[in-house]
Amino acid sequence: MNAEEIIRSIEAEQIKTDLPTIYVGDTIRVGVRIQEGGKERIQPYEGTVIAMRNGGINRSITVRKIFQGVGVERVFLVHAPKVASIAVLRRGKARRAKLYYLRDRVGKATRLKQRFDRPIN
Amino acid sequence: MAVGILGKKLGMTQVFDEAGNAIPVTVVQAGPCVVTQIKTSDTDGYAAVQLGFDEVTEKKLNKPELGHLARSGSAPLRHLKEYRVDAADGFELGQTVTAETFSQGQLVDVTGKSMGRGFAGYQKRHNFRRGPMAHGSKNHRLPGSTGAGTTPGRVYPGKRMAGQMGNARVTIRKLEVVRVDGDRNILLIKGAIPGKPGGLLSIAPAQWVNA
Repeated sequence: MNAEEIIRSIEAEQIKTDLPTIYVGDTIRVGVRIQEGGKERIQPYEGTVIAMRNGGINRSITVRKIFQGVGVERVFLVHAPKVASIAVLRRGKARRAKLYYLRDRVGKATRLKQRFDRPIN
Repeated sequence: MAVGILGKKLGMTQVFDEAGNAIPVTVVQAGPCVVTQIKTSDTDGYAAVQLGFDEVTEKKLNKPELGHLARSGSAPLRHLKEYRVDAADGFELGQTVTAETFSQGQLVDVTGKSMGRGFAGYQKRHNFRRGPMAHGSKNHRLPGSTGAGTTPGRVYPGKRMAGQMGNARVTIRKLEVVRVDGDRNILLIKGAIPGKPGGLLSIAPAQWVNA
């Protein structure tokens, strides 16, 4: 076993295989595990994927939403145990890999066209 | 003073702990090492245990090296290192030391050879600031003043200057062992470790230095 294989085998234990295919521009719902006084519950977080980084175990997505008039962005390590579930709600049409331009837009201008050629799940 | 282990850096990755935090770890092939010599204060004036690591073919070593290893009955080994101990009890020649001598959560000191940067200038080696790049300035990456003039008439020792950077022995202290894989002799150590993947490392239990 060479070094690369050993590292992959360590990562393999924690890589999730049941993740849906996510594209930049999709609207998704992430179930986030949170601890509250010894009790654990799952809090949904819904928004648009504006950036994605593919790095094996380090794979992450940036999800943006507008909450009470304020833009909120959260970066999730998709393979982290804190991310309980990911569900794709809507496929969006994006012509670039990073949708940072959405940060400068408000209201109707932040909408993305829906695309129907990619199945949800 | 305790016996450590020799190892090889394999690379870095990350693991998640129970709380769900991502921990950066370095994967280290630690051992198996063979005890190749035991020094005692009677025979050598001090007590130490010599470990060997990394099996190679016989032709890689010369006759004196093979003769030394034949005493412990071990296969030809590339690297040998001595660890000073108070008393070398409990060790015998030919004994193997594996990664299981370490436990999860233990603090270790890791010694390796840092990546060489060659003859590096002031900015890279000592984080000096750069001069202006434009407006007629010709002082881009120069050191500036190295001291006063006629008095003292010399540059003080220790003045930071350009020179060899890296490729030196570096110890990173008190790193946490995140996981021990006894079957494959693999240690996951939290944080970064000197050198490139493939570099030789010495991992020893953390030495506490009183401030």
